[in-house]
Amino acid sequence: MTVQATDDLAELEAGLDALETERTQKTSRVRVWWAATWPPLLFVGALIGFWQLVFNAHLQPSYRFPSPGQTLTSLRDEWDSGDLQKAVWNSVRRGGLGFLASLAIGTPLGLLVGRVKSVRRAVGPILSGLQSLPSVAWVPAAVLWFGTSDKTIYFVVLLGAVPSIANGMISGLDQVPPLFLRVGRVLGARGLASARHVLLPAALPGYVGGLRQGWAFSWRSLMAAELISRTPELGLGVGQLLDQSREASDIAGVIAGIFTILVIGIAIELCLFAPLERRVLRRRGLLAATV
Amino acid sequence: MMSVLQGERGASQVQVVTAGPAVSLRGVTKRFGTAPNVLEDVSLEVAEGEFLCILGASGCGKSTLLGLVADLDQPTSGSVEVRGGKPSLMFQEPALFPWLTARENVELALRLTGAGKKERRARACDLLALVRLKDAGDKRVHELSGGMRQRVAMARSLAQDSHVLLMDEPFAALDAITRDVLHEELVRIRESQKLTVLFVTHNVREAVRLGDRVVLLSSRPGRVVQQYAVDIGQPRRIESPEVSHLSVAITEDLRTEIRRHGGHS
Repeated sequence: MTVQATDDLAELEAGLDALETERTQKTSRVRVWWAATWPPLLFVGALIGFWQLVFNAHLQPSYRFPSPGQTLTSLRDEWDSGDLQKAVWNSVRRGGLGFLASLAIGTPLGLLVGRVKSVRRAVGPILSGLQSLPSVAWVPAAVLWFGTSDKTIYFVVLLGAVPSIANGMISGLDQVPPLFLRVGRVLGARGLASARHVLLPAALPGYVGGLRQGWAFSWRSLMAAELISRTPELGLGVGQLLDQSREASDIAGVIAGIFTILVIGIAIELCLFAPLERRVLRRRGLLAATV
Repeated sequence: MMSVLQGERGASQVQVVTAGPAVSLRGVTKRFGTAPNVLEDVSLEVAEGEFLCILGASGCGKSTLLGLVADLDQPTSGSVEVRGGKPSLMFQEPALFPWLTARENVELALRLTGAGKKERRARACDLLALVRLKDAGDKRVHELSGGMRQRVAMARSLAQDSHVLLMDEPFAALDAITRDVLHEELVRIRESQKLTVLFVTHNVREAVRLGDRVVLLSSRPGRVVQQYAVDIGQPRRIESPEVSHLSVAITEDLRTEIRRHGGHS
């Protein structure tokens, strides 16, 4: 081929590439963040306004239906006494540790069930069944086995989160396109190399989805366990704090407790799992560049 | 009668040899389970540096044949020999890994052949330059057009440092303009890298545009029906009268083959 012809081809190709690649416009991060933030803030504001209106209508006495202000005061009192910080720290620590332990158990379990046919046939249905069993059902058994100790709480959290994480891993593995494995084989990846360079990265989106769900399950199970098994040895968690308010018939404290649980759940989801998932999906082009 | 070399069923592996044709198939028959033969008594030789196109309608076992040469599968009987190591294989889909950048995709192929880190980086850049994607190395797969993806896939195949490149309808999913450009690109790279190419397609003109030789396979089972030497010098154009002329003749034979399946014989 002559030099002239080669140059022509190079230019032709460059032109074609330019035409066929989408031009991406960069939007500033602040704008993206603001666009994602103001709608939920506005909605929460409206919700609180509506709550205040209902309170003002005096449909219920205030010991049954507190105002937003009373709830806030109750939160502030708990903060001032130091109980709130202690309870949040205890619960988040328990939830985090339980989640990490579930991760360490659920990941290899998912790999085993996902990749070994005979194990899958035996264990698979039970694992997905366990996911629909509310882990709070284990609390009475756990109390009888472990007494009211941290063990009880971790046991319940594990039974809540491990199936989610394992099932996430399994569905991630199931979604790996067979063509990727074929390409891996053509490129010379076998056994461990294939798992490391092809199978696991390809399964990552499903796995991250499982982690997210696993966290939600650990948090839920933890609250159930804390609410039911409240003894001095266990120390104070958000669930126990909530139950204390119930015993004192302090409705503002109860609502404040529910809010605390909700806010912690949302915060961890927003700060940890949503960005993680977004990053994995965006790198693969599975998510639009702007929200 | 043709003599058939019987391989032990299921145990015959692709043999790597150091002399003779780049790829040779002798009396290859393939069936899956108890189904009828997909390939039947196929004997083919691809010379060193030859560009051989295999042409056939659906069900002629084209992809199965490439799978046998790539050692992804074993023939039921017969033997497959490839000279100088494992061939590389390109599919209709680029099948790049979406969690890696274009360059990392090429680097992974190098890594799996055991290349060191520095060497990988340098060689991946060279290969991307060869397919004229020097500046696209840091792009993610979804940011590339179909033609660019297939070029990255080509760079990845070349990274395996094999002299035999197997291609399974690699341009079938591309638009006509891009396909035309990639034809020219493939011819150029094949010349500069001295590749032996075994190219499977159902597009007659594409086969004549690219091949030094075209082999027509029948369908169900796949057998070699006819071979055509393409005595047209490169650079060829797909719309040139010479290419058209031979394409018309081959298409006629292909249609005759397909008609046999209509049950009017």
